[in-house]
Amino acid sequence: MLGLGVSWSLLDVAAAAPKDPAAARPTPGDQLVFVLGDRKGQVVKVEDLALGGPQELAYPMDPATKVVRDATRLNQVLLIRLDPAELKPDARANAAEGVVAYSAICTHQGCDVSQWKPDSKMLLCVCHGSEYDPRDRAKVTFGPAPRRLAMLPVKTEGGVLVVAGPFKGKVGFMDL
Amino acid sequence: MMKATKALPICSALLAGCLSAAATYGAGYTPVTDARLANPEPGNWLMTRGNYQGWSYSSLDQINTGNVKRLVPVWAVATGVNSGLQAPPLVNNGMMFVGTPSAQVLALDARNGNVIWRYKRELPDDFSALHNTNRGVALYGDKVYVMGLEPVLIALDAKTGNVVWEQKLEDYHTGYYSTMAPLIVKGKVLAGVSGGEFGVRGFVAAFDAETGTPAWKTYTIPGPGDPGGNTWPSDTWKRGGGATWMTGTYDPDTNLVFWGVGNASPWFGDQRPGDNLYTASTIALDPSTGAIRGHFQYHWNDSWDWDEMNAPMVVDYKMGGKTVKGLLKPARNGYLYWLSRSAPAGGGSVIGFVHATNYVKQDVFKSIDPNTGRPTYNDDKKPGTGKKASFCPSLWGGKDWPFESYNPKTGMVYIPANENHCGFLDGKVQEYVPGKWWTGVDIPDIGFTVNKDATFFGDVQAWDVSGGKKVWDWKVPKSMMWGSILSTAGGLVFVGGTNDRKFRALDGKTGQVLWEFITNSGIIAPPVSYTLDGKQYIAVASGWGVDAQFQQGLLSNLLPGWDKSIPEGGVIWAFAVQ
Repeated sequence: MLGLGVSWSLLDVAAAAPKDPAAARPTPGDQLVFVLGDRKGQVVKVEDLALGGPQELAYPMDPATKVVRDATRLNQVLLIRLDPAELKPDARANAAEGVVAYSAICTHQGCDVSQWKPDSKMLLCVCHGSEYDPRDRAKVTFGPAPRRLAMLPVKTEGGVLVVAGPFKGKVGFMDL
Repeated sequence: MMKATKALPICSALLAGCLSAAATYGAGYTPVTDARLANPEPGNWLMTRGNYQGWSYSSLDQINTGNVKRLVPVWAVATGVNSGLQAPPLVNNGMMFVGTPSAQVLALDARNGNVIWRYKRELPDDFSALHNTNRGVALYGDKVYVMGLEPVLIALDAKTGNVVWEQKLEDYHTGYYSTMAPLIVKGKVLAGVSGGEFGVRGFVAAFDAETGTPAWKTYTIPGPGDPGGNTWPSDTWKRGGGATWMTGTYDPDTNLVFWGVGNASPWFGDQRPGDNLYTASTIALDPSTGAIRGHFQYHWNDSWDWDEMNAPMVVDYKMGGKTVKGLLKPARNGYLYWLSRSAPAGGGSVIGFVHATNYVKQDVFKSIDPNTGRPTYNDDKKPGTGKKASFCPSLWGGKDWPFESYNPKTGMVYIPANENHCGFLDGKVQEYVPGKWWTGVDIPDIGFTVNKDATFFGDVQAWDVSGGKKVWDWKVPKSMMWGSILSTAGGLVFVGGTNDRKFRALDGKTGQVLWEFITNSGIIAPPVSYTLDGKQYIAVASGWGVDAQFQQGLLSNLLPGWDKSIPEGGVIWAFAVQ
């Protein structure tokens, strides 16, 4: 019943083209909402983020329709608030009030970059321990990840974090 | 429902050589039968560990201690995949089948490594797994079975690689995935799942090999009212772990399948007081119904992430002057277990405890009950919620999943072990979110330590299964041991598993290294042996990754001179004596 390999795959790809706003990539003007904990679904403001880390996970949300773009994990971003003086110029250019946003999908095997290493102040992948420097455009500092995390430019509007542009860099990981 | 899949025919009609290869294998493929699986020919390698009993042993002796110095590579083929290769090549009358990470299957000409067909799975773009590896395919009839990672069981036509049927096991969004080699028993395909770090409830499921029709599904975590259900408080059973991420063994005599069950979830026992059956256990399954006929739990209320996912080997041995129809298992908890197996007519316990002794330093067990095998614990070595505790060996255990081997000619079991490493855990209550890390511990609170003065870390140990004593111990000064072992009637022990990219042959009687060869990457896949036109070959995949890679990275921070990374890139090698 499943012998139609290649033609089926083409149909599948076409059908998967995201018309669904919840599956669309982060769009300039989107706000960001918490993924976890008591504040789940709440819009993220700069003051909600602890200065110096750890990071918080967030999904983009269309502020007009209130659609949260959580239909794909690839939209999951991490937000961390740092001293702007610590940020390298490339990171600072896409930051707002010290807050930087990166894709939370590890470039190694696609796991969540949801952990924080307090001693070295690095972002940490939950699966195989890859570490990324949030101050330096999420450069890989340790572990098997082959490249840095994509950066999501942000700005603030009345203290609320807002997406300022599309991802810079490739989201996701290498597969076959 | 259906995920995009495709088999890529490597040969086109314009290539005459490919046509002849396709013609040869298309017409000549030898179906795999129950009889062949129960009694595999020495010249083929029809299942992951070589036989149902899980011996990882070849009765071929053309390559032996006398001529192994002349062993040379005769072909190699690139798989096109980075990341860890952990599958043994299966061989059926000249055709070789290898699974790779990302659920790719290569069908090769075992003479020269030429690719006959290649199946590539197109995974959903938001899919991720803790391990994207593949630990082997299974052969039956004219089909090849492989786990798509999602987890999906896929049946491919052995001659063409075309998909015949697919069956979804579970929803990957909830943390399930699968990397194991399916097990074929009497017309059914048995499959297990991973996900013990994501709050899944483990199970083994069986499907009709011909049609894919589901036959049974047995959870490793009993629910309320099930036998053992009272070992889980309130609703902790729903996310109790007990993943089934390695292939079972099978005893045709008792008609029992032995399956290993992984760690309990979350990792800390004080969040689920009780024995937590059947985590960290071996269960005995009736292959026709999936009924659990018996079990043996290695350690109750697991709090160390010591999965006991590897099934024991089915081995008869002598102990206390008596011959025991037995099971043998070097456990992740650092003990080597001698168990008995039986199938009483009225049911009841079919796995008995005979003897256990530690094969690496282990500081958690205070004692083991000589009648039941149940341990008591040093409480200060048991981590909990808000209770940091260190313990040896670390969560990677005395050994992780790589296969030991039993050689009936020497009467020895060869164990790939790791020594001189410990760890600590500091637990917390984590919010459960489907599909997210849910172990009860943050990564920085998982400690890994080594004895910096140690003279070795990895080793291969040979134990006399009847005397119960260690015979020799080949120690590796500057590497852990992540290699599965193949022993042969030629008196050899083949093993990779070290960070120096070497593939070695040891003397099975003494542990002396007789031969070694430096490959492209590190070897963490099981070696196999087969014959073609009367000539014996040894084959193995070399491709570093997964936990060996993770651990190597940690070690490079702890031990001066240890490389941070080992070159990646999967290659399959075949060797023969020239």
